[in-house]
Parts: sequence; C-alpha cells; structure tokens
Amino acid sequence: MRFHQSEEQLAIQDALRGTLADALPAGRLRTLVDDPADFDRPSWDALMALGLGGLALPEEAGGSGLGLVDLAMAIEVLGDGAAAGPIVQHLLTGLAVARSRNEAAAAHLPGLAAGTTVATMAWGGDWLPESWALTLEDGKVSGSVRFVPGASAAALFLVGTAGGGLALVSGGSQVTVAPMPSADRSRRVSTVTFDRAPAAELFAPGDAGVAGLFDAALVLTAADALGGAQRCLDMSVAYAKEREQFGQPIGRFQALKHQLATMALEVEPARALLWYAAYAQDCSLPDARRAAALAKSHIADRFVSVTRAAIAAHGGIGYSWEYGLNTWFRRALFDRAYLGSPSLHRERAAELAGW
Amino acid sequence: MDLNYGAEAEAFRVELADFLAGHWQPGDRRGSALKAYIASFRQEATSRGYLYRNIPKRYGGSEQPIDTVRAQVIREAFGRARAPMEVSGNGMSMLVPTLLDRGSDALKDLFIPPTMAGDYVWGQGYSEPGSGSDLASIRCRAELAGDKWVINGQKIWTSQGDRVTHMFALVRTEPQASKHAGISYLIIDLDQPGVTRRPIRQMTGDAGFYEFFFDDVTTPADWIVGARGEGWQVSRTTLKHERANIGSADALGGQFAKLVELAGQVTRFGRPAIKDPEIRQALARIEGWVLAHRCSSYRLFSLAAADEPPGLVGLMMKLLVTETGHDIAMLAQELIGDEAMLEPAPPGTRGRGVEKWLDQIMGSLGNSIAGGTTNIQRNVIAERGLGLPRELALGNDA
Repeated sequence: MRFHQSEEQLAIQDALRGTLADALPAGRLRTLVDDPADFDRPSWDALMALGLGGLALPEEAGGSGLGLVDLAMAIEVLGDGAAAGPIVQHLLTGLAVARSRNEAAAAHLPGLAAGTTVATMAWGGDWLPESWALTLEDGKVSGSVRFVPGASAAALFLVGTAGGGLALVSGGSQVTVAPMPSADRSRRVSTVTFDRAPAAELFAPGDAGVAGLFDAALVLTAADALGGAQRCLDMSVAYAKEREQFGQPIGRFQALKHQLATMALEVEPARALLWYAAYAQDCSLPDARRAAALAKSHIADRFVSVTRAAIAAHGGIGYSWEYGLNTWFRRALFDRAYLGSPSLHRERAAELAGW
Repeated sequence: MDLNYGAEAEAFRVELADFLAGHWQPGDRRGSALKAYIASFRQEATSRGYLYRNIPKRYGGSEQPIDTVRAQVIREAFGRARAPMEVSGNGMSMLVPTLLDRGSDALKDLFIPPTMAGDYVWGQGYSEPGSGSDLASIRCRAELAGDKWVINGQKIWTSQGDRVTHMFALVRTEPQASKHAGISYLIIDLDQPGVTRRPIRQMTGDAGFYEFFFDDVTTPADWIVGARGEGWQVSRTTLKHERANIGSADALGGQFAKLVELAGQVTRFGRPAIKDPEIRQALARIEGWVLAHRCSSYRLFSLAAADEPPGLVGLMMKLLVTETGHDIAMLAQELIGDEAMLEPAPPGTRGRGVEKWLDQIMGSLGNSIAGGTTNIQRNVIAERGLGLPRELALGNDA
C-alpha cells in the first residue's frame, strides 16, 4: 500500500519546477502574454531536455516508461508555472502513437520523446469522441477544428475522426492554421483546417484505445488545473503574510484567513483525487472512466473558484495586469472549457454510474 | 502508487477470516449471555494480538508493534464479520492514550483495565457554558483540601451523559496563573453526592448530551494526570498509534450512496429524481468532494503507514466531512420535498419514510460544531497549515 509521493516523483517535480522557473521567469511570462505566438521555444526546449516528452513513453522508444500518475504529477508543476504551449497535447500525442498498432507512425516516437517534433491535438465536435467530425477517406483527412493550442508550431496533429477514431497528420500545405483571439495568452488556440491532408490512422472509430486516451487527456488537464490552483493559493498566502494594513499583516485577520483556508480546502484534497484518477487508469480499475470525469469536472471547477478567490484576497493589485494573477485566471478559463465543461463530464459520470 | 495491501496483509486477512469463522458465533444469544460471549471473544482476539494493540500486556492489552496496514485489515475483517472490536467511546479513544502517555502507574492500573472491559464509561469534561471555542477560559475550579480536590462548577456537552460513570475534566486549580497555565487534568468519579446531571434537549428533539453541575464534589489528590497547571498540554496529548483509518471516508461514502438511493426512490417533475438533469449534476458535484475525501484518506493512511507526518490535508478531513455533509443535507431536503414537513419517527422504529432524512439534515449541523467548530477548523488550517499569524486578541501563550 502506497498512496503518497515517492522521493523520485518529488525529484522529478523539483527538476521541472526549477527548470521552468529559470526558462520562463515572471518577467518573461509578462512579455509572452503580449506576444501573439502560440509557442515559447526556450522554455519548451528546456523542459524537453529534462525528458518531459518521453516520461510516459516506452523505454525502447527513447522514453522513461513511467505511468500516468507520474505524468500527472509533472503536469501539475507545469500548470503551477504556467508553462506555455501545447504540452498536454504533445504528451497525449506521444501516448497515442505509442499505444497504437500503427507501426509506421511509431517512427515519430523519438522526435516526440525528444520534443524536437512538436505535436498538438485537434479533436473538435463537442469534445466527446462520438461527436468528432473530421473525415478520413483514402488515408486523407478533411475538415476544420476549432480551439487547437499551439497549432502554428505543431508539425504533427493528433486528429479526431468521424465516429470517434484517431489519426496522425503531419503539418504541410494541406493544413491551414488560423489563430483565434485567445483568452489564455500562454496557450493560444487556432482553427485548423485540413484539406485532404495525408493521415495515418492510429485507432479506428470505436476502438477502446480512444476512450483511454480521452480519459488520459482529462486527467492531464485536471493536473494542469490543480497546479494552477496551487499557484494561486501560494501567491495569496505569501501576499497575506507580507501585505500590511491597519499596521499589521492582513493574514492576521480572520476574514482573510477563512478565505485562504477555504481555498486550501479546494486545492489540497483534490490532489489525492487527481492521483487516484491517474492510478485508476494505470491499473485499469473498473471506475477509471468515472474517476477521470469526476476529477476533470471537480478540479477544473476548483481552479476557477480559487483564481477568483485569489484575486479577491489580493485586492486591487490582484486585478492589475502587471501582477500576473490573471495569467492563471485565464488558464482556468481554458482548463474548464477544454475537453468539455464540468457539467458535460458530470452528466457522463451520471450516465456511467447508471443513474 | 499502489492501493493493494500486499501479500503479507492478504495472508493475514485469511488468518483473520479463519479466526472469526471459528470464534465469532454469537448465534441467538441475547442480553447478559451475549455480553459474556462478547467479553470472552474480545479476550481471545486480544490474546492473538488483534485487539487492544497499543495497550501494554500488564493492563490486559496485546502490546503489538505499530502496524497501520495490519490494523486496517483487522478493522475490515471484523467489520465484514460484524464482530465486535474494542469497547468504543471517550475512554478508549481519549483517556487511555492520555494515561499511557502522561498518567502515573497507579492511575493506569486503576483505570485502564475496567475501561477496556467497558465497566467504566467516560465523559469528557472540557466545555462550559462560557467556554466553547475559547476553551482555556474555563472557570470550573478545584481546590486542594488535604488529600482531596474539592470541585465546584459546571461542564456541558457531555455525550452519553446518562451512562457515564467517570469524567476526565479540565479544571482551574491555579487561579493566580495565566489562562492556560492554571488548568489541571483531573479524573472524577461521578457516583457521589454533589454531582447533578441534566439532559440537554437538542434541536432534533433528542437528548444526546448532558450538562453536569459539581457542588463540593471530591476526588483524590493523586487523581491528576500530569502536574498541576499542565492540564492544557495533557489534554492535547495525541499518542502515536494506529490512528489512520479509512473507515471515516467510508461513512461519508455510505451517506452519499444513500443519497443516490433516495434520488432513485423519489420523483421530481413527474419522473424519477435521478433522471432529472439538475439532480444528476448536483449528485456528481457532491461526488467530486466525496471522492476527494476518500482518496485523501488513502493518502493519509499511506503516510501514517510510512511513519511520515500527515501534513496540510490531515487538518482538513473534519471540515471536508462537515461541508460535504452539509451539501448532502441540502440536496436531500430538495429530494424529500413536502415530506420535509413531517417529523420523523425515532430511528429504529418502523414506518419511517423519506422524512427520516431530517435526522441527517439536522445532524449535519451538529457536525459543524462538535469537536471544533467550522470557524475554528478554518483558523487551524490557516494558522497551522498555511502559517498565517495568529490574531492579536487571542493571546499567544497556548
């Protein structure tokens, strides 16, 4: 029985946290959000140099062979540091290629593991696989998908095909990227149009592998949300200790203490929920699908709630652009909507329970 | 991460199942026959190291090394067989650990064996009418007169007040000392003149708690745990033993399962409530919290088994149960609809309809007060968990 973090897991988190803080410090993050690019090469390269891209890929493909639990812990730290670009989408693409039986596609694994080949996801519809609508005919994909993060930088697209299949498309002249005005400046999204783009099918519609990857994407998005919520809590607690009004630190006042305790109550218990949802997938537990749905809906809601509370706890400075809290507020908008709203996944959880 | 207990624990589970199949056969015994059977069963289970694990052998315990996983497997196996475990109540959960850590040998010899046997039933004498969250302001006083303490004052919110035979109490013995340093921890025999007990009728209509009035009540001079003026620290003693317990998460999960069952029984807008989108959303929203709580209990259990500190989440479990219980209450009130206008018959009686949820709906409010109010829980999380400074008015000598 073990259900807390190992030394190794903590060490991976520390390494990622330190590297991200160096590569994407607060000053750099402030300029990044005013930059229309949907990708940040220096921080991407620094994280990939640590082995992030291959963390959960098989060792023979140049990866470390770790599980979704480890990946979720890694993403949590990156959400805390507001890592830019399509990181979750890149890692998911790696998992999809590694889990598929398409051996030709496996040639991409070393590039995905090293992060030299940037990948993102274009799923579309209302996010659920049965609503995906890109057509796959004669090995060519056509159609448009909105809300694709990091599309300008991506060389590979993990696309959702009609009926709920997954295929891999390489960027090229048959792929057009139209940036959308994006609320989350650290993960800008685009509309991507595929016009008979050559594709390698990874999973046919209805393949059980699709459900597993969808659930993994839910868990990793929840991991990002947990990390972001943790960051907002930490910033608020630090500010409450240092900011003085009425001649004393505002953290001495019970009203603010209770606000901060309530935020902590949203964040800390959710951590074990996230671990469980990832663990349930690693072990194929019978409730893995429900756990992923409940983790995504619960934790995305917590992130929204904690960012709002953090800005309230800070007062005026929290509302300023300069201070930077709005970076996480905007990431919460992304994490809540991306892959489906909390209400969508709660209804799925109800359905899966047979309610 | 690994939620399996491991091969050794599973082998132990088989051993326990064999033991229980052979030794827990209460049949149709009732009354004193059942009581005697349970006593001998407990003795047998203790002799094999299954019960009273943290109690030394000289007091009748089994004196086992701390093993959180083994203790959990025992709870699960006994629970499945519906076999009795240790005598429950304040005596075993609070007094005995305190005595083991801070009590004199004479007090241990005097009180631990009859408490384990269930012959002594203990009340907690902490709160007073004027001292709730500000517990250290207690005024119930004891003065040493020769070889006896003479106690005068009042205690309140003692559970099982009609059954308790003894009380461990915080009383003011050093009136000149500062607030916390003037308190001692005394043991009082409640079967004596000058003790008046009175039930407190609570909002449910039942009387689960009592208040006690002490009028020149006496107790021997050496029935004190720790030295004079150390009572505050003594009452905060928490012994390191097999505390981590997944059972409390199961209780919240069980309450949630009943809520889902209720939603399947009642109708809303002409269809089963569980088919109503708003109810499905509300249930799944609550389940997010229930699951977060359960998984956090796995985490705390794992930390305890590895002998690591519980950290921030350890300070949150009570508040999580309270808040989630509150959410369950509010949804239950919606689901039972008009029946919320009915008074439920007492638990255990026949013919209770969905209005029986009023027990939980009102009880959830008791949870937010008992054992440290929700406001105090938030103070603790903020101060001890997040490291925020204490309010100036509260004093810092605690």
